[in-house]
Amino acid sequence: MVLTDRDIDTMALARQIRIHALHMTSQGGSSHIGSALSVADLLAILYGRILRVDPAHPRWEARDRFILSKGHAGAAVYAALAESGFFSVEKLKTHYQNGSDLSGHVSHKGIPGVELSTGSLGHGLSVGAGMAYGAKLDGKRHRVFALLSDGECDEGSNWEAILFAAHHRLDNLVAIIDYNKIQSLAPVAETLALEPFAEKWRCFGWAVSEVDGHDHRAITEALLRVPFSEGIPSCLIAHTVKGKGVSFMENTVLWHYRTARGEEFDAALRELTRNA
Amino acid sequence: MRDSFIKRVTQLAARDPRIMLLTGDLGFGVLTEYAKAFPRQYLNVGVAEQNMTGLATGLALEGRIVFTYSIANFPTLRCLEQIRNDACYHGANVKVVAIGGGFSYGALGISHHATEDLSIMRSLPEITVVSPGDRWEAEEATESVAFTPGACYLRLDKSFAPETHQPDDPFTLGRARLARAGNDLTLIATGGILGVALRVADRLAEELLIECRVLSMHTISPIDHEAIRAACAQTAGIVTLEEHTVRGGLGSAVAEVCMDEHLLPRLFRRLGLRAGFSSIVGDQQYLRTVYGLDGESVYTAVLDAFLQAAQGKKAPAGGAT
Repeated sequence: MVLTDRDIDTMALARQIRIHALHMTSQGGSSHIGSALSVADLLAILYGRILRVDPAHPRWEARDRFILSKGHAGAAVYAALAESGFFSVEKLKTHYQNGSDLSGHVSHKGIPGVELSTGSLGHGLSVGAGMAYGAKLDGKRHRVFALLSDGECDEGSNWEAILFAAHHRLDNLVAIIDYNKIQSLAPVAETLALEPFAEKWRCFGWAVSEVDGHDHRAITEALLRVPFSEGIPSCLIAHTVKGKGVSFMENTVLWHYRTARGEEFDAALRELTRNA
Repeated sequence: MRDSFIKRVTQLAARDPRIMLLTGDLGFGVLTEYAKAFPRQYLNVGVAEQNMTGLATGLALEGRIVFTYSIANFPTLRCLEQIRNDACYHGANVKVVAIGGGFSYGALGISHHATEDLSIMRSLPEITVVSPGDRWEAEEATESVAFTPGACYLRLDKSFAPETHQPDDPFTLGRARLARAGNDLTLIATGGILGVALRVADRLAEELLIECRVLSMHTISPIDHEAIRAACAQTAGIVTLEEHTVRGGLGSAVAEVCMDEHLLPRLFRRLGLRAGFSSIVGDQQYLRTVYGLDGESVYTAVLDAFLQAAQGKKAPAGGAT
């Protein structure tokens, strides 16, 4: 059964994604909890409302394709897939462990529901554009969604793909930007400024919409409208908060890499469960 | 070899709609007919090799067989990570084609000298690496890589050896082709420089009655263990010849097989590039002469190695050629 045909509580799904991601990164001692929390709401909307995918048939030909180009938020995608029924929630416990195929950065091998393995930034949009171009050639109606980080937009390869998608009028391609304004070592504005960001995409020939990346109603309404303009690829800039949902992780550079353990873990879990 | 590739890929595109050819804005004049005949199977993606390789992966994951076409190091080194992570790791049917192996574009300078591509590409997991020696091999290799599952790299030279195959000879990826029979010594070559190996072998036979076996090692990865084993067992030893750095290329690949299999040829020499970047430019023949890969230099090197082996002397370590 296609996920979007179910009545999914996206707020509950987002909460579960956050709680799983916290457990997974804590148990494994891995980084990027801030990034996972940043995209949790976007993933909950995608898997709960937007993507036409079927967990029982992960390779169903007419499915929408979703690519996590910012592969370092892999824990959140694994959590979303498990909660959506692609594989058991139990398997999440192996994340980042010796011998596991649930790698820190998202990998497709042995993981139903993952279209593309990523981890090096600036790959996903090109592959997504190839998928979208192929779908156009074949007259197929599925869409391709690629979720990118803001820091990832430093990579020149993205801009090659951005040029290509506009030139070939790939309105079946949707780029979603997790614009939390913080990259690996410092704020985006201090590292390599992206502003005026929406204008850049528009100048490159994309139709752009901006939303609060934690407002479920706004995200849903925006993604239900794609393509924003016929014959033009769509870019949804989601203004997000890095570390969203855990007060002491929010808007900090520190929690890009830090792992929550001990009291920090307990405090984070309390906040995430209290928000239920 | 470029024309042989285009000829065969055009035939393939006509009979198999899955075939696509992506170019990184290169191929002036030579892709026009293909593009006109198969507009749905052709795409000039612009000067953007990283995107080209990513696009090819996306198209391949959706069922197509995609050639990415450019020259020298652009379709390989420029987008190496896309080849590794996207094409190879996903087992995608992406067929990377580089026109201009070695010093094919010698006069254009080091940016256009493809002299490390074989070692770099063969170190990647899950990719077939092919470097044909003549135009027949180039054409056959084009078809073979198209229908070999997963990522492939096809290195096409400007130079090409005279054709030595028989009408019914099969072309099999991963199997060296016997280009000349002989049991005194084995010359193993890859790419168009196979022609030099054949000329040297003919001259050694004419002048000194030394009969060289010449193997075209058109597939560098996976390499043909059996042919190397037979060369060690049946001939005095092996000289490898490549228009490419000796670091990690054909010679290294052959040496690895010898060591791994405890084969100890009495004679083993790697002829290739040892001098680093060539800031000197010139055409392919000229640069081969500069770096000791022309017929005369190779003849001298092979004869020297053979005589030393015959006298039971230890071969000297590779020089500074």
